[in-house]
Amino acid sequence: MLPRLGPPLAVILLTGPILAGLLGTLLPAFGYLPALGGTAFTLDHFAELLGRPGIMMSALVSLAAGLVTAAVSLGIVALFIAGWAGTKALSRIQHLISPLLSVPHAAAAFGFAFLIAPSGMMSRLISPEITGWQRPPDLLIVNDPMGLSMMAGLIVKEIPFLLLIALAALPQIDLTRTRALSASLGYGRIAGFVHGVWPPLYRQIRLAVFAVIAFSSSVVDVAAILGPTTPAPLAVRLVGWMSDPELSMRFFASAGALLQLCITALAIIIWIGLEHIGAALRDHIRDCGLRFRRDRWLARTALAAMVVSALAIFAGLATLALWSFAGLWQFPNALPDSFTANAWMKTAPRIAAPLATTLLVATLSTLLAVALTLLCLIREDETGKRAGRRALFLIYLPLLVPQAAFLFGLQLIFVGTGTVASLPALVLAHLVFVMPYVFLSLGDPWRAFDRRYEAVAAGLGKSRASTLLRIRLPMMLRAILVGAAVGFAVSIGQYLPTVLIGAGRLETITTEAVALASGGNRRIIGVYAFLQMLLPVIGFAVATLLPALIFRHRRAMRV
Amino acid sequence: MAENGLFLDDVSIALNGHRLVALAHSVAPGEVLTVMGPSGSGKSTLLAYIGGFLAPAFEASGKVFSDGLELTALPAEDRHVGILFQDPLLFPHMSVGGNLIFAIPASVKGKAARYALAEAALEGVGLAGMAARDPDTLSGGQKARVALARALLSAPRMLLLDEPFSKLDAELRGQMRELVFAKARDSALPVVLVTHDAADAEAAGGSIVRIGNAQ
Repeated sequence: MLPRLGPPLAVILLTGPILAGLLGTLLPAFGYLPALGGTAFTLDHFAELLGRPGIMMSALVSLAAGLVTAAVSLGIVALFIAGWAGTKALSRIQHLISPLLSVPHAAAAFGFAFLIAPSGMMSRLISPEITGWQRPPDLLIVNDPMGLSMMAGLIVKEIPFLLLIALAALPQIDLTRTRALSASLGYGRIAGFVHGVWPPLYRQIRLAVFAVIAFSSSVVDVAAILGPTTPAPLAVRLVGWMSDPELSMRFFASAGALLQLCITALAIIIWIGLEHIGAALRDHIRDCGLRFRRDRWLARTALAAMVVSALAIFAGLATLALWSFAGLWQFPNALPDSFTANAWMKTAPRIAAPLATTLLVATLSTLLAVALTLLCLIREDETGKRAGRRALFLIYLPLLVPQAAFLFGLQLIFVGTGTVASLPALVLAHLVFVMPYVFLSLGDPWRAFDRRYEAVAAGLGKSRASTLLRIRLPMMLRAILVGAAVGFAVSIGQYLPTVLIGAGRLETITTEAVALASGGNRRIIGVYAFLQMLLPVIGFAVATLLPALIFRHRRAMRV
Repeated sequence: MAENGLFLDDVSIALNGHRLVALAHSVAPGEVLTVMGPSGSGKSTLLAYIGGFLAPAFEASGKVFSDGLELTALPAEDRHVGILFQDPLLFPHMSVGGNLIFAIPASVKGKAARYALAEAALEGVGLAGMAARDPDTLSGGQKARVALARALLSAPRMLLLDEPFSKLDAELRGQMRELVFAKARDSALPVVLVTHDAADAEAAGGSIVRIGNAQ
């Protein structure tokens, strides 16, 4: 009975806030918000928006960030899989990179900034021996006006996401035989992959690529840490307007949110155009009969890019940890002169409240998301109908609509109903983003379950509920906990939903960390960012160790 | 209509309008009905229909009776069919004993009584004292015997065998066949055996129905 409610409930909880939020953005953008005296429709706010200094540049940087991040990260992932699928190198990289998915974007961005800044780790490692620098050079590397360091930071963080999504889709394609066939026709490894494997693979990961475009073109936290400041990318300026105490700014901010929606949509439309050009180019190359047999250099380059991007995040995180324990640390020393827990002691009292909120919201939204996902999957078993393309689109919807475009409208609705900055409102906002990841993580292992076990249990006279509780759920414990750990990590990393729906009164580790970005106290930032990274790690440790402990005498339950 | 045993009353199963199985047959207690057909002929769907776990994609009609009781009117868990697949499918998160105790009907009260029953069942398949073992540490033949003991412990109305011997090596296969059919005779259970191995059918000794291309 209960599972019947799963799919409709999931649809309402995923699309409801998005549609309501979009409406709540759309109406004020055109001047309609009776609570603030806006009763007539007007285009004035757009005119005002377009008159803002640097607005075109902001929009362009956002557009470019979406397209460049998606193109580079997808290109590296595609070439890497093309060159190395089925090899040990690939599975090693996969193991190296998987944990990076759980690192919150803000923590990764801080780590990256600490690495590449003029006074960062990389510059310290080569100074003064190679560069001769005795003091940090006066270069604008982080926050460069073109947004290059922001895009680089986004690329290293999106590579793990795209790689894992692509590898999850790969088993459905007969890689070995396709490769043998294309090799027998004289094609190089990568060319064979591009012609034979890539088209069906890309079709399956396309929504994830769109999600990368949408995210990168509208990201706030990474842009605030690594992005340009004069002018800042559109989404960062938006948040500034949205939190302006002047109430009439809300019309203006709504118009900005609508512009953000258009920029993201435009980025995806341009991408679809690029897809057609790419396909035409591929077919042209095929028709010319080019084989590209000497492609090892390209495969090695892709492998190197993979390794470098993973190492960049790891090194950044290590640098963060170092800073949080650093005493005096002068340039160009590669290590601090001394280590101290001062920064930790000093921030400890201030951390307690945000930490409690972080854990509470993450736990509640994850529990809800796991329960809802399980209901949907159980319902799928009952009806025998696998969630189709439309359902997959619904699941991806929260990742395809720019957060700023609907969260602001949602905030206005919560303000109107007096529920803004309440725990339920914040949990709901997090749930919208946690649910897709939990579903994507849990769906495949759930469907891979050998349902003959359930037939055996039914034959033994066990009811459906008893079979679920005593056979299916225990056997799936590990997958469920991993899904929960993914959801937990996603909730920990949420910046914009927390800022807008928490309305500055509900703070989490992530919002506190990003708020510190402009201050530049590396020790304190180190503490917050380190915690931000540590919490998901604890989640995954529990998800791995708990089943291992419970089933320590059950060999077949090990991975 | 046969009062005793299993009666398949014009059972017909189709997929996308294509008929896989059409069968009317009765199986007396202790007897074996062998359904033969090549792989992919849909012979396993017959067992799924009798057991009540046919996937919704199939269209099926006809009734199944056991000792005069209409099984097709009951949910799967009230049909009490002991089923053995190609794989033993011991629940990997339970001990061998846990697997057996899980199968014992709730009407058997008291922990001690249930333990004793499980231990006796293990002894009955030549695995005395193995209750505490992790199922994954057993050999293939031992697992198959635990699966048989588990099915018998649930006090089933019949046994449904879905090529249960096909993954065992030749010597074990013979032993296992004898054990299964002997147990079914002892407990007076009707058996439906689905197989593509003529030797299985011969050992079963009952009537044989061919479906699919073999018809």
